[in-house]
Amino acid sequence: MIDVDIEQRLGAFELRVAFRAEAPIVGLFGRSGSGKTSVVNALAGTSRPQRGRIVINGETLFDSDRGIDLPPDKRRLGYVFQDGLLFPHLDVESNLRYGLHRAPPAARVIDPAHVIHLLGLKTLLHRLPDKLSGGEKQRVAIGRALLAQPRLLLMDEPLASLDVLRQSEVLRYIEQLRDDLHIPIVYVSHAVGEITRLADTVVLLADGKALAYGPVDEVMGRIDLRPHTGRYESGSVIESVVAGHDLRYGLTTLRFDGGELIVPNVEALVGERVRVRIRARDVSLAIERPAGLSVLNVLSATLVAISGEEGPIVELQLQTGEAALLARITRKSLHELALREGQQVYALIKAVSLDRRSVGYA
Amino acid sequence: MPNPTELGIIVLSLKVALVGVACSLPPAIFFAYLLARTNFPGKTMLDAIVHLPLVLPPVVVGFALLLLFGRKGVLGAWLADWFGIVFAFRWTGAALAAAIMGFPLMVRAIRLSIAAIDRRLETVARTLGGSRAWVFASITLPLALPGIVTGALLSFARSLGEFGATITFVSNIPGETETLPLAIYSLVQSPGGDAQALRLSLFAVVLSIAALIASEWLTRRSGKTAGADDRR
Repeated sequence: MIDVDIEQRLGAFELRVAFRAEAPIVGLFGRSGSGKTSVVNALAGTSRPQRGRIVINGETLFDSDRGIDLPPDKRRLGYVFQDGLLFPHLDVESNLRYGLHRAPPAARVIDPAHVIHLLGLKTLLHRLPDKLSGGEKQRVAIGRALLAQPRLLLMDEPLASLDVLRQSEVLRYIEQLRDDLHIPIVYVSHAVGEITRLADTVVLLADGKALAYGPVDEVMGRIDLRPHTGRYESGSVIESVVAGHDLRYGLTTLRFDGGELIVPNVEALVGERVRVRIRARDVSLAIERPAGLSVLNVLSATLVAISGEEGPIVELQLQTGEAALLARITRKSLHELALREGQQVYALIKAVSLDRRSVGYA
Repeated sequence: MPNPTELGIIVLSLKVALVGVACSLPPAIFFAYLLARTNFPGKTMLDAIVHLPLVLPPVVVGFALLLLFGRKGVLGAWLADWFGIVFAFRWTGAALAAAIMGFPLMVRAIRLSIAAIDRRLETVARTLGGSRAWVFASITLPLALPGIVTGALLSFARSLGEFGATITFVSNIPGETETLPLAIYSLVQSPGGDAQALRLSLFAVVLSIAALIASEWLTRRSGKTAGADDRR
């Protein structure tokens, strides 16, 4: 359980953030300048809020009223920076072991050999950091933070300095960590894709304040938060289970509360839980069940809400079973189809629009 | 090859310079860290004081040392009474003068290399459980090593050539405070001493070149352990 309630003035910027989150991965999401890194710094103890309280798993790290302010080395939070920041004068192995011997013996539960195996670092151990690729550096940085035996991992935009290929490589490793080590992670990002793929709970930050926090699909699906979650990026997240693979066409069928989704091949076993992010602009609507269509996914849904904004594009919130779905259509279509709230509709989603990056392991 | 007298002068010069460098290194690292990493009222003043020996006439520095560390000087009398350390007219005084004159060069070089270290590396080390002191010893110091080597060498070279402050503070006593520059000076002043002065000057050249080569080698070695620093 992460319980944060802090106020901090940083020059002209005022941070006033309060949230509680309990999840394997908590996403801190917001545009640059929204105060994400300030929150992480306050958590790590590298900057001190003027007022407030930070409690993690029942342990108070900071409390201005009670005069508690643990120094960074006593907080035991593993901090992974955007650019890795490996110690350039130490080889990979020494980097990894830097925090190991500083951790209290009773807290040493994460086995170095296991982490080295998990992050695929075995062949890199004797190299110096400047001989590593960006993805390798980031993996070593994550391993180094883990071996310091933290109670929580703080990751501040860990993929931001990597190219797309490296991003998915590191993302895969982070998912493995979560499933294997059961270490809670606070994951900071401005990329919706990363947050929705990894996080279970999300805290939405804007202008130094926590606008909303809660389950990812709930927060990211809310139309009223769209100015902050981003127009282009808006979409919904659906939790699903792999129902089967179509080997002939290389397709995977996912089952969720509102029906079934067909997506291009997902590397997951039948029965595994995966999370799909569906962008609002990839969802079309029909008022009758269409026929003679290339679109593979046609879902029956209820139109729950229509965003009241002016402009050529409107956003609709749909409900299929328990799952929420967002769709973006033109105002012209809204009028011509005479759509209104409460109406039964069909949501059309091209399987092609659900690529590798929109499917992650839950 | 140097004769016994010349050898004595060379050995004394080296002793004075090495002791001067060794004793001034810890305070130089301390002040360099203070100036590079902290902000406090009076920082500009401290910076100016550290740099004073660089801009003052060496004779003035020597005179100030005489007033402070002479037998009757405030610090000199106290040190002699309590610790039995005497600077006046001793080789230790020459080492002190050399250390003071080389101090600004040393602090400058070390300060620059500390300022060039990404502070976030120190932050990461703290979050990994390192105390302030341990982070300084395991991260800051090794990464500043190239600057420390450079600073030590600059100060060493400056010490070998130190003349004005030394002769003012501890005078020119053969076998005790007569370092190479002082010996060359008195030879030049005495009739028929030119040939000997030339010999000593040649030894001074050899020493300086040897020091330069040694530093080059040291910098390269420390650069290797300090990672990318020498490749920047």
